[in-house]
Amino acid sequence: MDICRLTASELIEKLRHNELSPKDIVESLRKRIRALEPQVRAYVRLDNAPLISKLLETVFTPDPNKPLKGIPVAVKDNICTEGHATECCSKILEGFRPPYDATVIRKLKEAGALILTKKTNMDEFAFGSSTENSCFGASRNPWDLACVPGGSSGGSAAAVAADEAFLALGSDTGGSIRQPASFCGVVGLKPTYGRVSRYGLIAFASSLDQIGPLTKDVKDAAILLNAIAGYDSLDSTSVNIKVPDYTEFLATDIKGIRIGIPKEYFVEGMDQEVKEATDEAIAELRRRGAVCKEVSLPHTQYAIPVYYIIATAEASSNLARFDAVQYGLRAAGEAHVQNMISLYKKTRGAGFGEEAKRRIILGTFGLSHGYYEAYYLRALKVRTLIKRDFDRAFAEFDCIVTPTTPTPSFRIGEKAEDPLSMYLSDIYTISVNLAGIPAISIPCGFTSKKLPVGLQILAKPFDEEMLFKVAYAYEQNTPWHLEKPKL
Amino acid sequence: MSIEKETVEYVAHLARIELMPDELEKLSRQLDVIIDFIDTLKKVDVASIAPTSHILPIQNVTREDEPTGSLPIEKVLVNAPLRQNGFFMVPKVIEDNP
Repeated sequence: MDICRLTASELIEKLRHNELSPKDIVESLRKRIRALEPQVRAYVRLDNAPLISKLLETVFTPDPNKPLKGIPVAVKDNICTEGHATECCSKILEGFRPPYDATVIRKLKEAGALILTKKTNMDEFAFGSSTENSCFGASRNPWDLACVPGGSSGGSAAAVAADEAFLALGSDTGGSIRQPASFCGVVGLKPTYGRVSRYGLIAFASSLDQIGPLTKDVKDAAILLNAIAGYDSLDSTSVNIKVPDYTEFLATDIKGIRIGIPKEYFVEGMDQEVKEATDEAIAELRRRGAVCKEVSLPHTQYAIPVYYIIATAEASSNLARFDAVQYGLRAAGEAHVQNMISLYKKTRGAGFGEEAKRRIILGTFGLSHGYYEAYYLRALKVRTLIKRDFDRAFAEFDCIVTPTTPTPSFRIGEKAEDPLSMYLSDIYTISVNLAGIPAISIPCGFTSKKLPVGLQILAKPFDEEMLFKVAYAYEQNTPWHLEKPKL
Repeated sequence: MSIEKETVEYVAHLARIELMPDELEKLSRQLDVIIDFIDTLKKVDVASIAPTSHILPIQNVTREDEPTGSLPIEKVLVNAPLRQNGFFMVPKVIEDNP
């Protein structure tokens, strides 16, 4: 039995029947990571230190209060894990070891999960769509090592796709879970804004950020969301709505479910093979009894400009905390630094990478005197229009189905020197964050070059149940999630 | 030009980021293209539209004004690049009188 190929739900079964122990699982994961990392580079700061910092059971003892007991979870480098480096793949956070756990990590530990001490790669501060902006260099797409895994949670997606992780956490501000999930052929879910606590997630854009699962199949995503969702007094945007058991919604009957297909998403710039795979997926949903009809989201074309004003404005404010005083990098040589302003400027000039500087400066511009009303305030108003588009659509439909990305994965370096073309690759995922709604990306086929294509399902706020229902019905009737990259 | 190099230099100062001359050149060119693209928003009529700063129907979240636990000082300072006697160390902030 190749343990690493199993899903988390299969591991849970095998642990329960004592066919495996937590030690067996971690040992095979360690071997797999050691063998594949020279090619995939999904993790950062790998060394010979143990992957799990606690003693592992050689005989599993079940605990009904710990549904994830003995299951390893990989964590993106922007989620705080007490005592273990968390650097957002940025030079400015070099050496940062959080003195506390993020709420999602605390909850996972309470559920019995084993948190990997080594984190997954990402674009610096989640600024990017390819992991090329990581200070550690890009991760590789397991389906084609010359291609990007997507981003910013590209390390988590690549690790799951390469069977170097069973479950992984990512964060999604404009598509950073769903886009890499789509590029790597795995499942990625962005929960409703307010569903999962962000306490201990190093903030990028606070009105958009959510933590969510990247997994091998839909059932595992439900299992992981079960463990991390819920109200937390430490995050004032966390909403006190009961968390259902999401695994109860993994039914295969979607008869009569009303699905909207937004016409604005099927326009120029969309890869022909992506279009064919999406059309075929919609046909499959119809065959399962869903009622698919065209819907209009008329302000779609404004989502990217709105996002790049709002997200960068919030980022410029959030990243002001990197001040060379509390943590991270401090420009060398106190003697050269005469005052606070020059300490800030030298540290931030040296510590932030190119994309981080670009976004902080763009965000500061949009908020600055004389430009605030023309840019930031206008963007907030157009955001209202984008949200209304969805409110109207969901009055008529139970969910919306789209491609996750307009193209499959692209080659490393292809868009690195053209930031605007990189931004445009987020066209189908960004509106979801602006509207605060939940969305999932699931595999829906491959291109002729064997690159994965993702299908995105969007639902009303706090209706993750609908995502699981439709995603599971589709997945169980298609073979895509069972395919593995040749590594 | 939708943004001048001088503006980028000024905004970088506001953001407390030191830019090398070649960085400033490149960034100004790139921001010009990006802001030009963002300017498509000017086409939208927003005269009667209220802004959305976040999507939740909750506001002014507070907790009971009661003391709760917090991190001990040694944990708070553990990542500080420079510290002394339980404090963060910074360069002198107040200038000497001439």
